Amino acid sequence: MKGPFAKGGGLRAYAVFYLLFLYAPILLLPLFAFNSGTVIAFPLKGFTTDWFAQMYGNATLRRALTNSLIIAVSSSILATCLGIFAARATTRFRYPGKGAITSLIMLPLVLPEIIVSMSLLVVLLAIGIKLTVFTVILGHTLICMPYATVILTTAFNSLDRSLEEAAYDLGESKVSAFRLVILPLVMPGIVSSLLMSFTISLDEFIIAFFLAGNEPTLPTYIFSQLRFPKSIPMIMALGTVLVLFSIILLTLAEYYRRRGVARTGAKDSGGFL
Amino acid sequence: MAAGNRSETAQGLALISPPLVYALLILAAPLATIVAYSFLKDGYLTVIREFTLENYIAVWNDPIFHRIMLRSLLVAGLVTLVTVALAFPVAYFLSFVVPPERKALWLFLITIPFWTSYLIRVFLWKVILGYNGVVNSGLKSLGLIEQPLTFILYNVNSMVITLAHAYAPFAILPIFIALEKIDRSLLEAGRDLGENRIMTFWRVTLPLAMPGVIAASLIVFIPTIGDYVTPELIGGGKIPMIANLIQAQMLALDNRPLGSALAVTSMLIVAVLSLIFLFLNRRFLRGQK
Repeated sequence: MKGPFAKGGGLRAYAVFYLLFLYAPILLLPLFAFNSGTVIAFPLKGFTTDWFAQMYGNATLRRALTNSLIIAVSSSILATCLGIFAARATTRFRYPGKGAITSLIMLPLVLPEIIVSMSLLVVLLAIGIKLTVFTVILGHTLICMPYATVILTTAFNSLDRSLEEAAYDLGESKVSAFRLVILPLVMPGIVSSLLMSFTISLDEFIIAFFLAGNEPTLPTYIFSQLRFPKSIPMIMALGTVLVLFSIILLTLAEYYRRRGVARTGAKDSGGFL
Repeated sequence: MAAGNRSETAQGLALISPPLVYALLILAAPLATIVAYSFLKDGYLTVIREFTLENYIAVWNDPIFHRIMLRSLLVAGLVTLVTVALAFPVAYFLSFVVPPERKALWLFLITIPFWTSYLIRVFLWKVILGYNGVVNSGLKSLGLIEQPLTFILYNVNSMVITLAHAYAPFAILPIFIALEKIDRSLLEAGRDLGENRIMTFWRVTLPLAMPGVIAASLIVFIPTIGDYVTPELIGGGKIPMIANLIQAQMLALDNRPLGSALAVTSMLIVAVLSLIFLFLNRRFLRGQK
């Protein structure tokens, strides 16, 4: 099947060019991270790994990393658990108000984060809850939940219901059928959802910026340093590490998502979202 | 059977309740709170529980709000236009040219940059487009320009470029999905009936892809209009958008009722515009879903 524009040669060139545009900033990161010049501009000076060393010795950065990891691990687990409930309910059961409930759960996907964070902040301040890592986890779980739900819905959707019924016929209870039959089949989806939520939380700035109080996270630390030209090269080094790490996580997430699709024998519709 | 149905309903509701309760507590209740706050009076460091429309009157009569709202709408509108126009050929390429077994890989490559350090990406655009940035220093060293190009310096244009880059995958995916749904035999029918390629595209492919284009437009427009980071970093805080205004009112000026009224007004404006947009495109959405 060919499109109306000949063999798509022009389109392919355009798509490759578009990919370059998408990757341009990411490709520049390592250049500046290993550049010995202190100003982020061309031409590059010499090669150095000083910025990485500087990053390693930074105590605030270490604290930000610890906080970010605590937040990302907690939010990804919470969001995935909530996502499992949502995905199982929407794919298997009918109940009143289903559309409205699903819309509410999916709402953070389109609602600007400034609205989510400001409204949550107002409530937290009004009831006198101290802003800490915990309040960021609350917010991040909320914004990761829709992504987790989408990924898990795909996983649960491709389940063959007769497998579950066969388990009941063989005398398994609801709980044991879920554990022995359904869970192993959707496991790749769960892993994919965990990795995805982890990546989102690790990179999220707005909510962390407003709800963390005085606790730094990696993005809020980066934001605070962008004002100081002196710390920019180190931030480039940090960015390089973060981008690499994110790509590894995303590749793993994609691997598990595909494995999940293959395991349940469904057709691959491709991609997240 | 009736009993079975009831237990099915009960089970469904029981299963959905944890995520539902979470969304109600952490999202719906706070949203309801700022709606309530927007009708209350501001006292020094507190909120006075007394009904008033003052905040809305203040918001609607504030020339700063008008200017910033218009700027936000302009930026978000431009970003949407640029993003969707640039994304359509890519989505078309993915759907019609790329062989099925390679599609997932392409989609994956397109989404990766989207998930990686938003802040640093925005900052790098500042570096790329800035006074001594990659573009200007590159063009200067090639001898193409003497003075740095000013139309991309820390202004609305550079914000549009940065945001268009940030939300690109959001535009590609919905259009791709709509194109994938098109029954390929319709295109052959168009050709058999004597239409040429361009006309088939114009009369068959494009109308059928419109639901995707509409979804892409909204999914780009709504988050970009609420973007906080790009105006802060690229504009250096000098060209604020609506999110920056809300934040300043809520925190720096500590006027929560007025900040809430700003937030609610902005959400209403965006919602009304989205509905108008959907209404104008209703003929493409008929028979969908």
